[in-house]
Amino acid sequence: MTRVVIVGAGPAGIRAAETLAQAGLCPVVIDEGARAGGQIYRRPPEGFTRPPTSLYGSEAAKAVALHGCFDGLVAQGRIDHRPESSVVAIRDGVLHVLGPVGLLPCPFDRLILATGATDRLAPVPGWQAPGVFSLGAAQIALKAQGVALGRRIVLAGSGPLLTLVAAQLQAAGAGVAAVLDTAPLGAQARALPLLAARPVVTLRGLAMRARLGRLYRAGVTLERIEADGDGPTALYWRDARGRARETPCDAVALGWHLRSETHLAELAGARLVHDPLWSQWRPGADPMGRAGAGLYLAGDGLCLLGADGAEIAGRLAAIACLQDLGLPHPAPDLRRLRRLHRFATGLARAFPYPAAGVAALPDSAVICRCEGITAGALRESAAHGGAEANRVKSLSRGGMGRCQGRYCQIAVTEILAAATGIAPAEAGRMRAQAPARPLPVSACLADPAPSQTILPSGRR
Amino acid sequence: MTGRLVRLAEKGRLPVRFTLDGSPFQALAGDTVLTAVLTSARSLRAGDAGPERRAGFCLMGACQDCWIWQEDGPRLRACSTPVAPGMRLLSQPPESWP
Ligand code: FES
Repeated sequence: MTRVVIVGAGPAGIRAAETLAQAGLCPVVIDEGARAGGQIYRRPPEGFTRPPTSLYGSEAAKAVALHGCFDGLVAQGRIDHRPESSVVAIRDGVLHVLGPVGLLPCPFDRLILATGATDRLAPVPGWQAPGVFSLGAAQIALKAQGVALGRRIVLAGSGPLLTLVAAQLQAAGAGVAAVLDTAPLGAQARALPLLAARPVVTLRGLAMRARLGRLYRAGVTLERIEADGDGPTALYWRDARGRARETPCDAVALGWHLRSETHLAELAGARLVHDPLWSQWRPGADPMGRAGAGLYLAGDGLCLLGADGAEIAGRLAAIACLQDLGLPHPAPDLRRLRRLHRFATGLARAFPYPAAGVAALPDSAVICRCEGITAGALRESAAHGGAEANRVKSLSRGGMGRCQGRYCQIAVTEILAAATGIAPAEAGRMRAQAPARPLPVSACLADPAPSQTILPSGRR
Repeated sequence: MTGRLVRLAEKGRLPVRFTLDGSPFQALAGDTVLTAVLTSARSLRAGDAGPERRAGFCLMGACQDCWIWQEDGPRLRACSTPVAPGMRLLSQPPESWP
């Protein structure tokens, strides 16, 4: 009996589960959400009434298809769904899963990780104020809870989500005060030939942006978030011509495209490489998603191709798994993936990480939100301990907080590299440590009964 | 005290009563603890790594910025815990906390 476990029930995890179930396997699917869908196709709690068209816009049919596919597999008992469960550690072929009943072991033979992505963040002085959120948070608040983050919201950063969230908030009647894009229009225009790989998506984005009118500004520099004890009061920025501007606000949502969530991949043994195009470390894998012995990666956690790419990558990872098991499998479709890669490269070039701005942040700027560690403290620790990320972490506590560096690591790297004149790759990466999520001590004290081990049923 | 979050849709749900620092508040069934608190208050809890109070950041369980205390029982990750009737939440550690 082969035990295949999938982590994540977004588009990649759902298509992987479907592919394995069609081949007669009964995979375990571990997911943090209460209902499958992932972030982009996240479903509101039971009892909410907005139809899919108002939640997912042009992507409603895809969302409905994915949700229906997954719910059907669960109802037929063809997959073992473990919602509201987090993998906190991986060791010796066993996942340690924190779920509603506590900490349970889940042994596996093959592991498919579809852990998705988070917003990629760049610190802005003052971003530690309550009322500063990630861009993704603004979308989740609206989609899953029907709320806006404030009455006058500034959306700032770069990437496709910036325009999309602004349009969604406006359509829902939220007060959007400004949409500030740090990507210059020139970079965006130069990426158009690559973005033309998906003409419909590109045109839809441009039309959305046109409707934002003067709210949208490209090529801006974000200077600081002014806040009182209550939260943000204004965002200070410079326009593309360098003129100082000020936008009063009570909430700020920041994000620069996405960052692959690689924590579990690293714990499972994947090799990570710094990719300057994406300004982040990404796991190495073959085109099918093989990343190690019995380890497969799919979706935005492997490569930021977006939801459509994640569906394809999820199928491919499952097919790779079936191939390696010597089981019958459908033919892999690598051609569509290549087109999506072209488009994704276009996005990365059009909406780059503001590395130079981050490197130039003043010493007083808080970089690690969790621990309140400033750029000055990071530079100081690099000056006497060297610019290696893990050493800087132990000396300065930067990146040692609750988020485990998810939201500061990229900025820390850029700051260390610039301060010491090395390439970001040379500054190294903060090692992923278990637990991947905070773990109450009580959960470790209770020994689970053997009957509670999460055991996939293998081949049916 | 006006809330930080503004309700735009899904307002027809049943009310849920809870307390924050002993004062009664009302949320809607299906709200997360974060939504429930921040539609009535400006933040979830006092600051720990600086003077700034905390109000969550990612809303997807990744940043761990949104912990909140209860009068009894464990701390809750507010963005991914549904509010339940009768919850007694605290923006400061309970007095019994060592
Ligand atoms: S707001 Fe990030 S974990 Fe709750």
